[in-house]
Amino acid sequence: MKTVNAFIGSPIERLEDLRFLRGRGQYVDDLARPSMLHAAVLRSSVAHGRMRAIDTAAARALPGVHRVITAEDIGAPVPRVPMRLQPLPDFVRFGQPVIAETKVRYVGEALALVLADSPAIAEDALALIEVDIEPLPAVADSRASAADQSLLFEETGTNRAMLFRATRGDAAAAFKDAPYVRRETLRTARHMALPLEPRGLLAEWDAARGKLTVSGGAKVLFFNRRTLAKEMGLPESAVEYVENDVGGGFGARGEFYPEDYLVPFAARLTGRPVKWTEDRREQLMCLNHAREAECEVEIACARDGTILGLRGHVHVDVGAYMRTNGAVGARNIAQFMSGPYRIPNIDIDVALQLTNKTPVGTYRGPGRFETDFFRERLLDMVARDLNLDRVEFRRRNLVSRQEMPYQIATIRPFDKEEELDSGDYHATLDRCLAEIGWAEKAKLAGKLIDGRYHGVAVACFIEGGAAGPKETARMVLEPDGMYSVYVGSSAVGQGLETAFAQIAADALEVPMERIKGVFHGSTSYVSDGYGAYHSRSVVMGGSAMLAAAENLRTAIREAAAKRFDCNHEQIKIVDGRTAVGPNGASIDAAELAGEGISVEGAFLNSKHTYTYGAHAAHVTVDPKLGHVELIDYVIIEDCGRAINPLTLHGQAIGAAVQGLGGAFMEQLRYDEDGQLLTGSLADYLIPTASDFPNIRAVVLDEYPSPINPLGAKGAGEGGIIAVGGVMANAVANALSSLCVEPRQLPLSPQYIWELVQQAHPAIAVVDAARGGRIESPANTPPTGA
Amino acid sequence: MLIRFEVNGSAVEVEAEPRLTLADCLRHQLRLTGTHIGCEHGVCGACTVLVDGDAVRSCLMLAVQAEGAKVTTVEGLSDDAELTPLQKSFRKHHALQCGFCTPGMITTAHALLSEEPECDAGRVREVLSGNLCRCTGYIPIVEAVLEARAAYQQKTPA
Repeated sequence: MKTVNAFIGSPIERLEDLRFLRGRGQYVDDLARPSMLHAAVLRSSVAHGRMRAIDTAAARALPGVHRVITAEDIGAPVPRVPMRLQPLPDFVRFGQPVIAETKVRYVGEALALVLADSPAIAEDALALIEVDIEPLPAVADSRASAADQSLLFEETGTNRAMLFRATRGDAAAAFKDAPYVRRETLRTARHMALPLEPRGLLAEWDAARGKLTVSGGAKVLFFNRRTLAKEMGLPESAVEYVENDVGGGFGARGEFYPEDYLVPFAARLTGRPVKWTEDRREQLMCLNHAREAECEVEIACARDGTILGLRGHVHVDVGAYMRTNGAVGARNIAQFMSGPYRIPNIDIDVALQLTNKTPVGTYRGPGRFETDFFRERLLDMVARDLNLDRVEFRRRNLVSRQEMPYQIATIRPFDKEEELDSGDYHATLDRCLAEIGWAEKAKLAGKLIDGRYHGVAVACFIEGGAAGPKETARMVLEPDGMYSVYVGSSAVGQGLETAFAQIAADALEVPMERIKGVFHGSTSYVSDGYGAYHSRSVVMGGSAMLAAAENLRTAIREAAAKRFDCNHEQIKIVDGRTAVGPNGASIDAAELAGEGISVEGAFLNSKHTYTYGAHAAHVTVDPKLGHVELIDYVIIEDCGRAINPLTLHGQAIGAAVQGLGGAFMEQLRYDEDGQLLTGSLADYLIPTASDFPNIRAVVLDEYPSPINPLGAKGAGEGGIIAVGGVMANAVANALSSLCVEPRQLPLSPQYIWELVQQAHPAIAVVDAARGGRIESPANTPPTGA
Repeated sequence: MLIRFEVNGSAVEVEAEPRLTLADCLRHQLRLTGTHIGCEHGVCGACTVLVDGDAVRSCLMLAVQAEGAKVTTVEGLSDDAELTPLQKSFRKHHALQCGFCTPGMITTAHALLSEEPECDAGRVREVLSGNLCRCTGYIPIVEAVLEARAAYQQKTPA
């Protein structure tokens, strides 16, 4: 009997849930080892200063304290956190030492590591360390940074870490002759991924075997192993990185942070297991921040609404150091400002400005959330100027299905060409409008009903995925006839075990019960791995599994061919269980397995997938309080091929709510001295269960990606990317009678209230009627936000 | 100091420093690691346990305050053989992704449904608004809790 498999595409309940629901997940802080020491990190309370002295004597004298580690113990030169993505030579000079050496450059930077019998004693000891820092003027924002008055790295002579430039066509020429140009200055605020589980690490040094084991890894285990092995002078094979259950990643967790060196160093130094668990305050000041950008952008259009060009200058506040993936957001802002639209002439530069704040890294939809806000906000302003319907204006400019693959701007200093892979962008826009009931809802636009203005908006997005270069999977036919799957991909809570079991079962043509397990999260499982980032796991790991499954089936046929003394091509595998020879003779796969048949498969890729779609929203705004209520929200995305619609739908809804946090609530605030003012969850607000109850998502798989055998596209970020833009446009639409144009995120009640207070309808009407060259009314934003 | 209380139906005796929180006591002394610590300042709700039936943030309660109390953790609301109706409903609605907030959600929802098995969506949202989740967007969690009401209504007929 042939097993007809269709696990791919089925909304299968998750395998992971069985342990999580019972409280049996095993997160890194759940681990304990005999004779384990607990680490606590002393962090700088000064944003910018020169280290003069550090006195640890009193801390060392505290009973229960075993050791206090400072830069001196590590020795010069202190290792630097490397760049993982865009490892351009120019970034090296802005690298972060794993412990402050001569200067401190942000509040939260590690100064010392205390090892003690308990976390409480370790924290007690922190208070006994005396630190002498000569304060220097703090660089609090990217404008101050660009002035180069106070330098973070004096020897470089600049606070600018890099200038990326995205170009296509001839923007100067397009703008010169354009009948309509509008210039705007738009801003997004610093916020962060904030996974619910804080970070943690447990390092164990086996002196006899010369082996280091680090638990608490996530996302990119193999890169972190390479980095740690190199910095500690160990062969890669002597380091094992282990991933436990991971309480959310969203891009921030799992990168190589200073603690990824300090904790293993402490374990080797003391010969005892060392555990460190981040607390929430530390997370808010140490985990990568993201999204702080200011964009001066100009758009040129023909009178009929055809976009002719886009150009501008962006300043991204990258914080105090360039580390691991800190350039990705800025790069993406430049390259993806055109989004899903046909924009023939582009010239956008992005300056990465160092400031005395926590370094930045990727956060779900890095750069895309920001740039979608800039672009979609601008498009609605243009539509209003040119008296065009917002939807028709977008339709006119969306890249069409016939134009695929479609080349977008090239980014320098990379010079890698990039193209949108496939899809029907108009179809998702139309579907989105139909789902939200645009025709009816649009009638409410701008209406004041019971003290609240109604607004509707729609925005389009693309989401990149499938970063190469490679992923590896290993499949094993076990002696009991079951199949085990080992992958180089990582789980960060996204349901990888279930989705991968579905793919493996289909590839092997066996029931899911025959998949003994999907094993991930150790650098020992496969020869090489690249992990989970850039929405790559399903495309890269899934495709690697297809390759491994094919190799395994060949290996099984070869084993059977030996038994039956025939060519392996004459062997048929039935139900993934029985090998049948040319004469009808058959043998159970389990019998062939012997000690197990194990093969690897790999998938190599240099292109990217582009999931795409549209978001639409209906809001009401209270002009007296600045409060926005989300009445309805619809997400439509096409991800090429849905592996598990249940979990995919969950990704879309969850991402949208995270995005609504960024659109309305979340902001990491600093004062002018570089002090973080939002160091607790009482100050840094994220959405709760009562904030956004009305969100719907429809995930389609109409247009498979041509660049991988599954046809899948990276998904999981699309739900967040368009949120800022669509919400700002909905608020603008609601308050259109007051000519309110939000120019920054978050749309806090105070900011909206200030915009209402400052509204000058008469001036705005003159602007609109002029319809020529228009600039933001002022470059100084209101104080609120 | 020595404290005695009951956890998940079993009597326990723990030697605890006065400053030890109930959350740390459960996790590190008693090795009941299903209770998670997310903020240690009473905002995220990941550490929610039941103390004499009430949902309590175990990071804001000292272990010594549990003297004589009946404490129930997510482990105590679970069954080896099969998922409880509340857990099944969470699974069906995909009300969890990374699983870190889940024990706090389960304990909070259990306390709510035990007291108010007829609660409506608004009430569920209000009560769960004290538990942060960064993955799901809450919508599936609310759906899961609403569907699980039936099992609690049968247990305690109105």
